[in-house]
Amino acid sequence: MNIGIKIFYAAISVVVATVYGLTLGGIVRKMYARVHGRYGPPVWQLFLDIIKNHGKRVGISHGIMYYLGPVFRLAGGLGTYLFIPVIYGSVVFSNFSVAGDLLLVMYFIFFGQLGMALGAGEGGHPYSPIGIARGLAQMTTFEVPFSLAVIAVAIQYQTLNITTIVAAQQGSFLNWTLFTNPFAVIAAMISLLGMNMHSPFSIVLAPQEIPIGPPIEMNSSFLATLQTNRGLFTAAKLVLFMNLFFGGATNIFIMIAKTFLIYLSSVIVGASFPRFRPEQSMRFFLKWPTIIGIISIVFIAYF
Amino acid sequence: MEKKDINEIEKKMKLANEGLPEKERILFSDVRPSTVGPLNKHLEQFVNWVRARSLWLLAFGTGCGAMELRPLMTSRFDMSRFGIAPRPTPRQASVFVIGGYASIKTIKRIVRSYEQMQGPKFVLALGSCTINGGMYYDSYNTINRLDYYIPVDVYIAGCMPRPEALIAGFNRLKEKIQAGECDGMNKYVENFDWYKKNQKQIIKDWNMPDYNW
Repeated sequence: MNIGIKIFYAAISVVVATVYGLTLGGIVRKMYARVHGRYGPPVWQLFLDIIKNHGKRVGISHGIMYYLGPVFRLAGGLGTYLFIPVIYGSVVFSNFSVAGDLLLVMYFIFFGQLGMALGAGEGGHPYSPIGIARGLAQMTTFEVPFSLAVIAVAIQYQTLNITTIVAAQQGSFLNWTLFTNPFAVIAAMISLLGMNMHSPFSIVLAPQEIPIGPPIEMNSSFLATLQTNRGLFTAAKLVLFMNLFFGGATNIFIMIAKTFLIYLSSVIVGASFPRFRPEQSMRFFLKWPTIIGIISIVFIAYF
Repeated sequence: MEKKDINEIEKKMKLANEGLPEKERILFSDVRPSTVGPLNKHLEQFVNWVRARSLWLLAFGTGCGAMELRPLMTSRFDMSRFGIAPRPTPRQASVFVIGGYASIKTIKRIVRSYEQMQGPKFVLALGSCTINGGMYYDSYNTINRLDYYIPVDVYIAGCMPRPEALIAGFNRLKEKIQAGECDGMNKYVENFDWYKKNQKQIIKDWNMPDYNW
């Protein structure tokens, strides 16, 4: 296919994912509010916040790395999203999935955080390195069960190509990884709780203890870029999980239904449990999910 | 014009930062703040409409009035349905709610936080103490009129005003923002020397830069 058309399709795909991710964020805020017994903000509040932040007249910068921090973060989100096929068999939503595999996507998930760490560090505020230290430590630990689950999936399907993994799960819902390799899915879904940074793993962005954590000095357009990325990155992670474990999607409605339900699991846990301290969350990830991850590899390799 | 005169003018354009020790002055910016005009007409109208619907307030309790913000945030009055959200850092906030009386110690922090907020920024003064000193009108260590020190957009009278009054105040602020009447940021810059004179008159231990960038 002509590369120009491909880029055009990818742009459509990115816009759809960003809008979807932000709307999902709005719906989730509304759900949290209902749990608290409040009405909650309107569903489109996140869009208004982003426009308002772009519309600020002043934006303080702290140097070149500070500029690059949000850019790296957005590049991480874009990179994660652009190498995942969103809808199986669709031309518009296949992105550049032929050019990269699962390892590249996993690299991009980490890349944004590291870029953000460099950028936020230059802001000079003492709370941002604390937030970054917590964020990176927690990230390293939840990557362990997630990596083990990915290894189990790779052994199961003998490939790291996401499109092939989705193709192998077509036919019946009993072909989904959820039913063929349940331990890997359990390990990965627990690590998704940490990835989405909802409670009990929300210590990284704790507004009370370390005012908002890493992005404490980010303002105006810098913050708006980070918020945009949050929508895109959420959508990318959910689509990745849907592809790996829940049989992918053949049209956009199935994609929306499945990703919403995957996200709902994080929200239910988040609304029910209080927050872990950093060392508690790290210990948690390195204990049960890791053991389940190892079991999943043994299970798929020998049984 | 001679070079010496140009240097003199340049020197006047910079902030003196005299409150800081000599060796620390190099660590802080000495640039004067400047006014920033609005966008073109229709874009500004649209952005003002959005600004009124996305008010992030600086969640610093600067007096007893901060007590009224808690029921406002939580289930009973729930300010988030109006698009108002608390923000823990001045860099991201756009509304500063001054919660009642401001002691001299607090006004220093208020000035620092206000200057660190990114414009356009709005100030909502809560309680009678911010209007004329209220019950502390003759106190030796509280200020009487807040708008001598920072520009105020909306006052909410009362001691204490209930959360309903605060919501009414927020609605008035929204109307003013939407009409493009809230330009406290530029007002502060235009009358910068006057505000600084007033602030320095009461803050005796001025150990910060003249403008907190």
